Amino acid sequence: MFRIESKIDTKSLEFQQNKAELQRLVAEHKEILKKTKLGGPEKDRIRHKERKKLLVRERLDLLFDKNTPFLELSPLAAYNMYDNEAPGSGIVTGVGVVHGREILVVANDATVKGGTYFPITIKKHVRAQEVAMENRLPCVYLVDSGGIFLPYQSGTFPDKDHFGKIFYNQARLSAMGIPQIAIVLGSCTAGGAYVPAMSDEAVIVRKQGTIFIGGPPLVKAATGEEVTDEDLGGADVHCRISGVADHYALNDQHALQIARNIVECLDPSKKFELDVAEPEDPYYDPEELYGVVPRDLRRSYDIREVIARIVDGSKFQEFKELFGPTLVTGFARIMGYPVGILGNNGVLFSESSLKAAHFINLCTMRKIPLIFLQNITGFIVGKQYEHGGIASDGAKMVHAVANADVPKFTVIVGGSYGAGNYGMCGRAYDPRLIWMWPNAKICVMGGEQAANVLLTVKMKQLEKQGKTMTKEEQQKFMEPTLRKYEEESSPYFSGANLWDDGILDPLETRTALALGISMALNVPIPDQRFGVFRM
Amino acid sequence: MLKKILIANRGEIAVRIINACKEMSIPSVAVFSTVDRPALHVQMADEAYCIGNPPPLESYLNIDRIIQVTKESGSDAIHPGYGFLAENPVFCARCEKEGIVFIGPNSKAMKLVGDKVASRQTMTQAKIPIIPGMMSSGKEVKGFKEAAEKIGYPVMIKASAGGGGKGMRIIHSPDELDKGLEAGMREAKSAFGDESVYLERYIENPRHVEFQVLADNCGNVVHLCERECSIQRRHQKIVEETPSCALDEKLREKMGEVAKQVIKVSGYNNAGTVEFLLDQNMNFYFLEVNARLQVEHPITELVTGIDLVKQQIRIASGEKLSFTQEQIKQRGHAIECRIYAEDPENNFFPSSGKILFMKEPQGPGIRHDCGIYSGFDVSVYYDPILSKVVAWGETREDARKRMIQALSNYIILGIKTPIEFLGSIMNHPEFIAGNTQTNFIDMNMSDWKENKGEKRYIHEAIMAAGISSQNKSKSRRTTAKEDMPNPWLTVGKWSLSGS
Repeated sequence: MFRIESKIDTKSLEFQQNKAELQRLVAEHKEILKKTKLGGPEKDRIRHKERKKLLVRERLDLLFDKNTPFLELSPLAAYNMYDNEAPGSGIVTGVGVVHGREILVVANDATVKGGTYFPITIKKHVRAQEVAMENRLPCVYLVDSGGIFLPYQSGTFPDKDHFGKIFYNQARLSAMGIPQIAIVLGSCTAGGAYVPAMSDEAVIVRKQGTIFIGGPPLVKAATGEEVTDEDLGGADVHCRISGVADHYALNDQHALQIARNIVECLDPSKKFELDVAEPEDPYYDPEELYGVVPRDLRRSYDIREVIARIVDGSKFQEFKELFGPTLVTGFARIMGYPVGILGNNGVLFSESSLKAAHFINLCTMRKIPLIFLQNITGFIVGKQYEHGGIASDGAKMVHAVANADVPKFTVIVGGSYGAGNYGMCGRAYDPRLIWMWPNAKICVMGGEQAANVLLTVKMKQLEKQGKTMTKEEQQKFMEPTLRKYEEESSPYFSGANLWDDGILDPLETRTALALGISMALNVPIPDQRFGVFRM
Repeated sequence: MLKKILIANRGEIAVRIINACKEMSIPSVAVFSTVDRPALHVQMADEAYCIGNPPPLESYLNIDRIIQVTKESGSDAIHPGYGFLAENPVFCARCEKEGIVFIGPNSKAMKLVGDKVASRQTMTQAKIPIIPGMMSSGKEVKGFKEAAEKIGYPVMIKASAGGGGKGMRIIHSPDELDKGLEAGMREAKSAFGDESVYLERYIENPRHVEFQVLADNCGNVVHLCERECSIQRRHQKIVEETPSCALDEKLREKMGEVAKQVIKVSGYNNAGTVEFLLDQNMNFYFLEVNARLQVEHPITELVTGIDLVKQQIRIASGEKLSFTQEQIKQRGHAIECRIYAEDPENNFFPSSGKILFMKEPQGPGIRHDCGIYSGFDVSVYYDPILSKVVAWGETREDARKRMIQALSNYIILGIKTPIEFLGSIMNHPEFIAGNTQTNFIDMNMSDWKENKGEKRYIHEAIMAAGISSQNKSKSRRTTAKEDMPNPWLTVGKWSLSGS
């Protein structure tokens, strides 16, 4: 393979200004993430510690092997939602390593509203289980939750992907042979009781963990019976009398050690064999990614400059270089793993769509994981293109992406607009993981375009009534749309709503992708299977 | 010549004997307990038979089973090595009865020299100098008090059936006697199945000097000079050398003649060792005959050039000695260090476990008799001797320097060994001066500690480990699953924006 020749001038003013701007965004993100990772309000954290309980991230440190990565999922879920009272939506999810094997963990943060479930909390929990299912990862639930956050009952209880889905998933995962392990470190009340109860194995901490379908107040109200938490559903009850829990722990540390021991006894996973090469650092310094990306998203740039700073040895075997040049396709390696990369170099035309479909076909045939680097305004519009059948050519690309059953990973490195998001494997196309860079934007279309469309429609209505709008009136009309689109296209908005799995510092992209690919190989890559391509 | 030899032993001595067999083109048969299946002697012998469970009584001491295997394998001789059945007259007599050649003394002589009281009586009659002591052993405490007075304190309690320091007690005054006897008898009973003990004069700061002897079945006896085995821990030797610093040519000749006399009056044949105590005034006393090949036999081999194991086999085959006393010359100096699996920092407590790594010492004049290898499990069931390092040099100083060099290049990881401790002995001014008495370790080494501060090559080792772990993550291009690099295990600590 040949190395990509970078054309970037790292000494240029442009480069330096780009770098400063993206570094500012990365620093801003780190600051927000740091604050979010603290969890609930300080007084709640102090009270939690006074009860000799460990904070959720301390628990994770004890659970995982020392000096191993933790790939957290959507750490900024519920950011700027619920009056910002639910940092991280009160739950930490992600993939870490226990006894050398990848484990999915879902851990309640009891310092956030008692670890109760907001609508987004459930979405995050269910997403984590989806990751476990897609990648066959044993699940460890560190339970410390009061169940549903009652003020939001309508958004949490009855629907298809609400609270019930969690237990449904546990049953389905268990049936797939994916171990379900619950560590009860606090309360598991009402529906929450089913997390340990639905698990393959459960650990409970003495005088700290409780499991009951109805808590003491409900029992009192229903039957008049007065009973303490511990007598109703403590560790002694469940380990000695009911059998709801299997392992009796003396404290958090002990419980987490037992959890590790349980994982140690699981069958080791067998990874799907890819043709792996010796990992090699990129030839170009990944740090230069900061200067490669223009400050203004509307400015186009060569996606090869990004590829060159992510892949092994900056080596890239480009496919169909001269055909449909607004999409770059080719083979490379990431930390030794073979990958097929699709990156945008402009709007998608018929040719670039056909090229995408062809290239995806190559990768599914050869069972090579796909990486989508999104920086896309959408498919081309206009009479000439509609006549040329852009709709059916775009459909071929979307069809290929949707049915590509190799592990897919998406990184939104710039704009992600309109059907471009779909064609380039947006959230709805089931990439194993999808991340955004802090400079990225995601929206059905640009704010200006949206405001202009709305303005045109409005002006047409007014025209019928024989009215017109002044330039000022037009500006005023457009203002709310511009503001709304600006706010809702931010990666923070996306992350809060779980449209992605988190924001990546561009420097982390390579490692995150490698971890993702390795994790995905816990499941064999199936033979390719497509439906009808509209020709 | 013998047709096939069964080696009723294990470890380094079994390996040593198998090597001699190979040199003489005699097929060798190893026996092993279930725990020794992967042992070196089993791998090296031409044939190997499992003879039972790990406890010695069920395997290496199981006379019936060993005789049975000898016959099954078509062996016509047994070499017992040292320890186990080597000095068991019942076993020796059984071999004679079964028509199997026992490579060692005849059972009558073995019985005589093995019975310390009887042998003292014989030696006294033959005017061999012996340490003043009781002429009979006893199981009753009563008679001992009187005997002790007669001999004169300090006295030593010894087991009549045993050796190797088991049951030994030094008694300085009459009020210690009862307790010492009780303990000595108990220990003798558990070690040898016979609680009989006797008393003799305790000689302070003696040297332990022994003479190697060969006697063929035609009445020819030669001695192969002495070995000085004074450096002992827990009454067991760990460093031996020859010649002894204490002997001059005249004394050597005198003691050698006495040693030969001892062998003759005992009716002893094959290889044996006559032990003497040498007091500070150069008086020597006959101690006992070791009716076996000694652990420390290699030093004699190095200075005389005579292969004792091969001589044993030849004698057992009925051959005459092919050399006379006059033809035996000592040349140069040899030192042996015994490597046990034990912790010199913790009272030489045995240490068992897997040998994770071993690098053998080598170099000019270095011999390494060894029964272990990297990956071998040292079991708790047997004598913890692992190997012996033997150094030969033109002079004592040459040999000593070679030994230091060998020990410092000898690496055993995974279990405790006295390698560094032995190095410290070699470097000790008293050792250099040749002041080796039996209390050497108590006097000079009691507060010895491993030198942890100045570990050699520690920085190099850490750097090498770092580089090697670095290289591991960059595994070569391969499709083998176990070699696939897994970033989850190589990336190290990492989290989203967590740097």
